[in-house]
Amino acid sequence: MTAPILELKGVNKSFGPIDVLFDINLKIKAGEVLCLLGDNGAGKSTLIRLLSGVHQPSSGQILMDGAAVSFPSPRAASEQGIATVHQFGGTFPLMSIGRSFFVGVEPTKGWGPFKRYDRKTANEIAVKAVQDFGITRIDDGDRLVGGLSGGERQSLAIARAVHFGARVLILDEPTAALGVKQATHVLRIVNEAKRRGLAVVFITHQVMHAMAVGDHFAVLIRGAVAADFGKGEKTREEITDLMAGGASMANLEAEIEAQAQ
Amino acid sequence: MNLSNLTRRPEFGSVLSLIAVIAFYVLCGGVNLGQLAGAASWVNLAANLGIVALPVGLLMIAGEIDISIGAMIPAGSMTVAILSGHFGLPITVGIAGALALGLIVGLVNGLIATRTSVPTLIITLGTLMVVQGLILSAAMFLTGNASVSLAPPDWAKAALGQMMAGKYQIIILWWAGFAAAFFWLLHVSPVGNWILAMGGDQTSARNAGIPTVRLKIALFMLSATAAAFVGVCGAIQFNSAQVSGGMGYIFNAICAIVVGGVLLTGGYGSVLGIVLGTITFAIVSQGIYFTQIERNWANLIIGITLLGAVAMNETFRKMALGAASKKKRAKA
Repeated sequence: MTAPILELKGVNKSFGPIDVLFDINLKIKAGEVLCLLGDNGAGKSTLIRLLSGVHQPSSGQILMDGAAVSFPSPRAASEQGIATVHQFGGTFPLMSIGRSFFVGVEPTKGWGPFKRYDRKTANEIAVKAVQDFGITRIDDGDRLVGGLSGGERQSLAIARAVHFGARVLILDEPTAALGVKQATHVLRIVNEAKRRGLAVVFITHQVMHAMAVGDHFAVLIRGAVAADFGKGEKTREEITDLMAGGASMANLEAEIEAQAQ
Repeated sequence: MNLSNLTRRPEFGSVLSLIAVIAFYVLCGGVNLGQLAGAASWVNLAANLGIVALPVGLLMIAGEIDISIGAMIPAGSMTVAILSGHFGLPITVGIAGALALGLIVGLVNGLIATRTSVPTLIITLGTLMVVQGLILSAAMFLTGNASVSLAPPDWAKAALGQMMAGKYQIIILWWAGFAAAFFWLLHVSPVGNWILAMGGDQTSARNAGIPTVRLKIALFMLSATAAAFVGVCGAIQFNSAQVSGGMGYIFNAICAIVVGGVLLTGGYGSVLGIVLGTITFAIVSQGIYFTQIERNWANLIIGITLLGAVAMNETFRKMALGAASKKKRAKA
């Protein structure tokens, strides 16, 4: 449908003599969820660090809306509308919801040196933003972020990113540390972000979660894109096999079966 | 505001500490409450300590610490005494010189802290020693003496070093002013949010666009200058300055701040808490003279207060974090 918001073209990344990513080509489109699958050490984290400006590619191009861009810092990436939400969501557990929502962009009242932090407005906006995402249980902006559940924290972080105009949402294993019910919450919010037209990059190694929300899937193995396919093109078993390095999972099953006999 | 909201506040533990300490002195020490409340000794101590504890507390909320204040207090005293007492320069020059020294030492602390990854405890331990050595050498070289006298003019005496009603140091009013200014900075101005965020997670704070480097340097300059100010007031109050002294302030300030509910690792605390912690500390250490308790027990009581307060603050912090889930369950 639309041109991709973000595109990687032949991206390589090496740290000294160690090649971590090799010839990555990916398209991230608005209103789509791209699931990035892969085992530990496959290069998922490095890839998102490239997208969020923590690292820069050794070679290859990152295109945004068709034009080559570079993100020299995480700040540069977020200014371009790329928001990264990490596994534990909010990073300021001892701050209130309202205060942490507006870190660095505090709403103020008054003028000049007498500017006051506008607690009421901050709390109202923060609470409304999260509630719009369906988390109605957050109703008090003075509550500390650390008192929220893991899923609520993720939701708060996602709502924050969307509120401040993110176009690309990078979710780094958002469901990894969550229980089943909490994970469902987060998946629902991922869906809501997608409905609002954001491009979502969803990193996970839980195939079930990926299949629930994904439109497009990319499997990383040892730093290369091993498979790149659309929704409904592969079964869960096929994807799991791919992630585990192809035949090894099937071999294991065969071995276990042989032992049982 | 209901009780559960109250217990969520960082200073709640320090209120209880203060009540507990006063109750202990009244019940076990036979203290006359009115006499204690009107006593100048603990208020004077609290004011001198409080002016240093406020900026150091803010630094601790921002995740850093400054122990070089222990040397900055005598350094402030000596600077004003050497410039205005020994060399006879106008007192304004002496005061400006002392405050400028504070700004410089704070700038050095801040620059090292933001350019290296050395913990600020070590950095400011270094500058503590450097300033101590510097001020002793300077005093001996310039005046040949480790103690320098000063004859401040009346207006300086009135503003910085007089006794109100014969026993209350004027610095008490300055402390009140400092407390109000710091309250504004941390709880009213948007900068307060930056300080809390910086103490919570520095990388995230920087990524959110907070000028963490400038903010940290400014906080270090604030604490060193506040320490120099306390030194200046002392020199003007007592008409002389000594190179020694001030070291006690380091532990006393940290003690007052921690009793006040500030989290040592940063990200949590309040100005009201720091003020209450300072008062608690002052009452424990001076209030003992109003009791029948043997004086030598003072430090023991301070230690127990500190440990009790820390345990209590820990509990209330956990309650503040847990408050949400309890509320949720009640609603569900």
